[in-house]
Amino acid sequence: MELKTPLKVEEILKLKVGDEVYITGTLYTARDEAHMRMIEYWEHGKELPFKIDYSVIYHCGPVVEKNRVLSAGPTTSARMNKLAPHLLKKVQCIAFIGKGGMSGEVREAMKGKAVYLAFTGGAGALAAERIKSVKKVYWEDLGMPEAVWEFEVEKFGPCIVGIDAHGNDLYSEVEKKVNARLRELL
Amino acid sequence: MNFEDVKNGVVEVLRKAHTELPEDVLKALKKAYEDEENEIAKKNLEAILRNVEAAKKLNVPMCQDTGIPVFFVEIGRELKLDFDIKEAIAEGVRVATKEIPLRPNAVHPLTRENSNDNTGMNIPPVDVTLTEGDKLKITVLPKGAGSENLSVLKMMLPTEVKKIERFIIETVAAAGGKPCPPIIVAVGIGGTFDLAAKLAKKALLRNILQMTNFELEILEKINSLGIGPMGMGGKTTALAVLTNFAHCHTASLPVAINIQCWANRRAEIVLR
Repeated sequence: MELKTPLKVEEILKLKVGDEVYITGTLYTARDEAHMRMIEYWEHGKELPFKIDYSVIYHCGPVVEKNRVLSAGPTTSARMNKLAPHLLKKVQCIAFIGKGGMSGEVREAMKGKAVYLAFTGGAGALAAERIKSVKKVYWEDLGMPEAVWEFEVEKFGPCIVGIDAHGNDLYSEVEKKVNARLRELL
Repeated sequence: MNFEDVKNGVVEVLRKAHTELPEDVLKALKKAYEDEENEIAKKNLEAILRNVEAAKKLNVPMCQDTGIPVFFVEIGRELKLDFDIKEAIAEGVRVATKEIPLRPNAVHPLTRENSNDNTGMNIPPVDVTLTEGDKLKITVLPKGAGSENLSVLKMMLPTEVKKIERFIIETVAAAGGKPCPPIIVAVGIGGTFDLAAKLAKKALLRNILQMTNFELEILEKINSLGIGPMGMGGKTTALAVLTNFAHCHTASLPVAINIQCWANRRAEIVLR
């Protein structure tokens, strides 16, 4: 199915683990440093220069040449495990795109309002093809990978729902099976 | 041979590494796609294969994490080099960062300030070996952080030889989907603390389709774990296990596991 930004809670709640999703609208990239700065802003009671509520946060550090995105696959979302719950407290509805899944703590904080979408890791050229334009860049002092890039995308995907808003988590299901097999092997 | 030749060679070899996946790796990925039965695993592998094609066609980096470029240089003993070869390589990296372009990834380890040209203190790493003849071979292995972060070095006990396999499998299981599976598991066994890590890194230069029985046995066990492409389930967790050995002190057993993502990018150029 296709998701459009700004997101709608009822559409997010409909999504189930394993569903294929394409996104049209705006993505904001955010990695470790951008998350840290958002938290710093909130601690000081400052408004963010971009609006994350009902938006899509993409765990990504792109290769951008002038205003053209050349390669922009997802980064490892688990690095944001301790940071994402702060974001989730601030919003009514949000979607994350990343790779590798997130922690149980994030999964709990996502319930009722957020979905985690997996885009194939390393597929940077494929992702860039779906990014129509760079609308803006925030916090460029953090460097190209860590800055917040605002992308306009059309049918960005395929993304697969890895964690839904009801506490279902494909990664933790796989992990349980892996650990069972590991015990058999060793 | 002069500074410019080496600098230009480095730009060329980096461009090739980032836009064309080595033939052996591509073959292994295609086979994995054919063999997979899990629907999500197949979708991920299909995206990887389409991505590799797109990168080559559009002449852009296949992965946005263009990594830290790790260099291996073989210098023929008959060559006379009257310039700083490491600086020539660094200059090639600076030019490539602008021209290809590459993502500037090198930051100060504490302040996290980005040098914006992929060079800096002791970066890029350059491993130099002297060989016979009058040629200069430059090999580059751009190493992304997603997989590098899941790498582990352990000083095992000399009595734990039988536990090496277990250490490898447990490391892969703990990494799960984070290093962008299907991964390549490179293992340095023996040597010293630093040599074990170097051996593992160098194992990544091997043809991944040529494995020993020891390696194939570990690979089979890893792939029975079910982590699958991107940690979303399936039977392709690793494409290869590649080991590299050195004698070590009688009192020690260093084992280094360098995890590599599916984008096992590498390229080489020979200059005369």
